[in-house]
Amino acid sequence: MKLRFTPIMALFGFIFLYGPIVSLVIYSFNKSKLVTVWGGWSTKWYAELFANEQIMSAAWLSLKIGVISASVATVFGTMMAMVLVRFKKVRGRGLMGGMITGPLVMPDVIIGLSLLLLFVAMQSLIGWPAGRGLTTILIAHITFNMAFVTVVVQSRLSDMDDSIEEAALDLGASPTRVFFDITLPMITPALISGWLLAFTLSLDDLVISSFVSGPGATTLPMVIFSKVRLGVSPDINALASLIVLAVSIGIIISALLMRKKPR
Amino acid sequence: MRQSKLARRFVIAVPNIWLILFFMVPFLVVLKISLAEPRIAIPPYSPLWDWVDGSIKFNINFENYAYMWEDTLYINAYLSSIKIAATSTLLTLLVGYPMAYTIARAPEPRRSILLLLVVLPFWTSFLLRVYAWIGILKTKGILNAVLLWSGIIDEPLIILQTDIAVYIGIVYTYLPFLILPLYANLVKLDDTLLEASRDLGASRISSFFRITLPLSMPGIIAGSMLVFIPVLGEYVIPALLGGPDTLMIGKVLWNEYFSNRDWPVASAVAIVMLIIMLIPIMILRRAQTKGAEI
Repeated sequence: MKLRFTPIMALFGFIFLYGPIVSLVIYSFNKSKLVTVWGGWSTKWYAELFANEQIMSAAWLSLKIGVISASVATVFGTMMAMVLVRFKKVRGRGLMGGMITGPLVMPDVIIGLSLLLLFVAMQSLIGWPAGRGLTTILIAHITFNMAFVTVVVQSRLSDMDDSIEEAALDLGASPTRVFFDITLPMITPALISGWLLAFTLSLDDLVISSFVSGPGATTLPMVIFSKVRLGVSPDINALASLIVLAVSIGIIISALLMRKKPR
Repeated sequence: MRQSKLARRFVIAVPNIWLILFFMVPFLVVLKISLAEPRIAIPPYSPLWDWVDGSIKFNINFENYAYMWEDTLYINAYLSSIKIAATSTLLTLLVGYPMAYTIARAPEPRRSILLLLVVLPFWTSFLLRVYAWIGILKTKGILNAVLLWSGIIDEPLIILQTDIAVYIGIVYTYLPFLILPLYANLVKLDDTLLEASRDLGASRISSFFRITLPLSMPGIIAGSMLVFIPVLGEYVIPALLGGPDTLMIGKVLWNEYFSNRDWPVASAVAIVMLIIMLIPIMILRRAQTKGAEI
């Protein structure tokens, strides 16, 4: 048996992907603050994490922004996907496609700076948004999130057989009714994954939030960034482990749900 | 029927107005401010036009661009960003291609699991995954501890705060962006072509270079551009893993805004960055439409 080259490379690739995450989880239980010294098992960093009010209030703010921006982005993104896939006679599809790919590839520093400058110009022109904070972060997150939701829903819609929708239309159902009774139930899985993707991206964004945020609105990534810039801090390891735990539970649940209901 | 026409207009209008207002218009604002003069006021730039005695007077100045041209910092930062983005794209391709290939050739239940394993890390925080490398790469970190203990090296390697750490961080975080389009392409590869070439006496390696590689070109290009374009403007990875010498334009723009408070120059930096990105974005869109045809 010849030793196969590519699977071994792939194995190293997977170790490369997971090694750092595993190291974070292990060292979150390390009593010692130093990475090279194993001081024994301890959960003290978790206690310290929950006692840290700055981290807790930032986490709460980030969760709020994540839920609101993901929900609004799911509505807007679904509308955009419907326009791009189902509205055949709409003009300006090229431009719309460009506006959707734009936020996906554009570097965060550019999106952040341009939105900030827009907000400042709007404030001096019409007085809204007054100052920067929660509102401006929400607007920014909805904007980049809706592009991701559009792509997810768009691919589901174009894979979907539209003959049922057409049949309902022929039988006299109004387009609005067809959407809510037929299309929406069929694209629900895509809406859920789009929402989750948007929520994750919102929870993770550092650069754009830093540009458009103001005093008093500090999100979780902003706190993490200012802490880890100075080096390793074990309570952040504990936070990372909790996130890994939450994501793993989410994945297991969705895997079980999918196994139950094979399409 | 009238009601549904109204609903239709509403569905078209809402997302498009939102995107025009919060994605397209901001670029015009950036362009406008890049042509303004910095000044100490709120907002800290001069107006582009003024009403003087009932007529409009424009104050357009290209000094911000001239300044960028004269100060070698900016040109060096652009060149260095392009170099880092190109090198790390190549490295990501070297790591990602065997992975995408193995996943695409795996039998079905295993294939979905492997694909899921590639996407999974993406769901945990990007910032925290970059941070994990600090503990691994620093002088008294995990990697040096392992290498010293096993006797491979006698003195700790200095990796953190160098360009090498930045490369590792980029390859690590952008790997899924390359693997997914490449996988989507490789999974459609017709097995009979490879069988035919093997029957005709081609070696495994020669079949790979003459059949698989050329056919996977659209996937390679799309995946590479999805890495190359965002890396050009990357800020977090060079800020956390790179050293003071790591020169990237995203970091320059950040400092121009947050440290120097020079909004017009930050805008000019952004505009030039956008112009540089137009070519790779066009390549990406072409690869995507081509990939859809196959």
